[in-house]
Amino acid sequence: MLSKRIIPCLDVRDGLLTKGIKFEGNVNIGDPVETARLYYEEGADEIVFYDITASAEERKIMLKVVEKVASTIFIPFSVGGGISTLEDMRSTLLAGAEKISVNSAAVKNPGIISQGAEAFGSQCVVVGMDVLKVEKSRSVPSGYEIVIHGGRKHMGIDALWWAREVERLGAGEICLNSIDADGTKNGYELELTRLITDNVRIPVIASGGAGNPEHMVDAVTRGGASAALIASIVHYGEYTIPEIKQYMHNNGVKVRMDW
Amino acid sequence: MIAILDYRAGNLTSVKRALDHLDIPNEVTSNKDLLHSSLGIIFPGVGAAGSAMRNLRDNGLDNTIKSLVMSGKPMLGICLGCQVILDESLENTTATLGIIPGRCEKFSRNLSDESGHPISIPHMGWNNIWLKKECPLFKGIPENSEFYFVHSYYPVPDPAYIIGVTHYGLDFCSVFGRAGLWAMQFHPEKSGEPGLKILSNFYSYCLEK
Repeated sequence: MLSKRIIPCLDVRDGLLTKGIKFEGNVNIGDPVETARLYYEEGADEIVFYDITASAEERKIMLKVVEKVASTIFIPFSVGGGISTLEDMRSTLLAGAEKISVNSAAVKNPGIISQGAEAFGSQCVVVGMDVLKVEKSRSVPSGYEIVIHGGRKHMGIDALWWAREVERLGAGEICLNSIDADGTKNGYELELTRLITDNVRIPVIASGGAGNPEHMVDAVTRGGASAALIASIVHYGEYTIPEIKQYMHNNGVKVRMDW
Repeated sequence: MIAILDYRAGNLTSVKRALDHLDIPNEVTSNKDLLHSSLGIIFPGVGAAGSAMRNLRDNGLDNTIKSLVMSGKPMLGICLGCQVILDESLENTTATLGIIPGRCEKFSRNLSDESGHPISIPHMGWNNIWLKKECPLFKGIPENSEFYFVHSYYPVPDPAYIIGVTHYGLDFCSVFGRAGLWAMQFHPEKSGEPGLKILSNFYSYCLEK
């Protein structure tokens, strides 16, 4: 039986780890390679790296980080942030990432999803969706809208429509981030999560709002997600990954307990 | 030296990195002399069966691999590398190497998980393996260990070759083969310590052989 995955997300800027609340006021809290190794040893099922600013110069720094990580941990990891071309994808995969995550670039140029899937296989292509709850309207009938630039720019695209569209284009997985819930620690946006998981057949990673292990149980049961993304609660030591997994296991969720 | 078969498909670097980490001498290669002189071959792969077979045939590697395996060279096929060992794949209806009788099938969209929800496809993530037979590559690995899978097609070998079974919507064969020739649907190079143990067990087997 397939286990639900716990995926720590490491935000990286200039090769260093940061975690912001609602994308503002970032502070550095460590070395991404060391932290990845620690989470690997603690039983993380996968790791996500998010290159926060990703200028051309920073992308080179990030590729060095990716190479080091790939020689240090032996579980899948993905890299996102500013990836917008097939060449970006190729260099990141060759540096050792298992998957690449595209977000704004896919909204602006959906063709990148099918091109990436064709060139490297669907399993490599994760589409990150930043979603904001809005009034239902003709252009956004589900009441969930796709936003980019950390929520600053509304795209007038319905999140449910977009989720189905990225699946059709060949995405292997969706990382579904609620901008409303992100950084609140009040739990994942379960209504949104369930809406998307009920309507696509590719795996969905719930993201944004994790505050305690119960939230992760909710994300994968009530939300129907295949995986839960976590950040601050492990980065700042409020919970360890083994504690989270033990709690989920005790609550009847199949998670990987031996590693 | 362990040869990692280079047939221009998918991510070969992750297997190399895992072997480097384990201090196992290795070479990513399509050179026939090197394949012959290696202690054993790892046949990795991510991608589609059709283009993989084309690349193998274009380089004459299909016959090289077959004759090496027949002559007793140890081989470990991973993911696509495991599927290609069989007769045919429904993925691009491709005739594959046919070293072990069997075929590959696609996960049906009608399958459900334990709670009655339709399964996600691909099968992506960590899952268990129930060993039906003893296998030297699993020596020293705790029974409850999980391994990382990512695939939409699964192998259906001749039942005589089934070694391990995994449940995802249905029971499918995740490990098959015989002494010296093993095929695994999951990725040992991405399955943490238990996965690394499989790779080092394979190397030990090659050294003893």
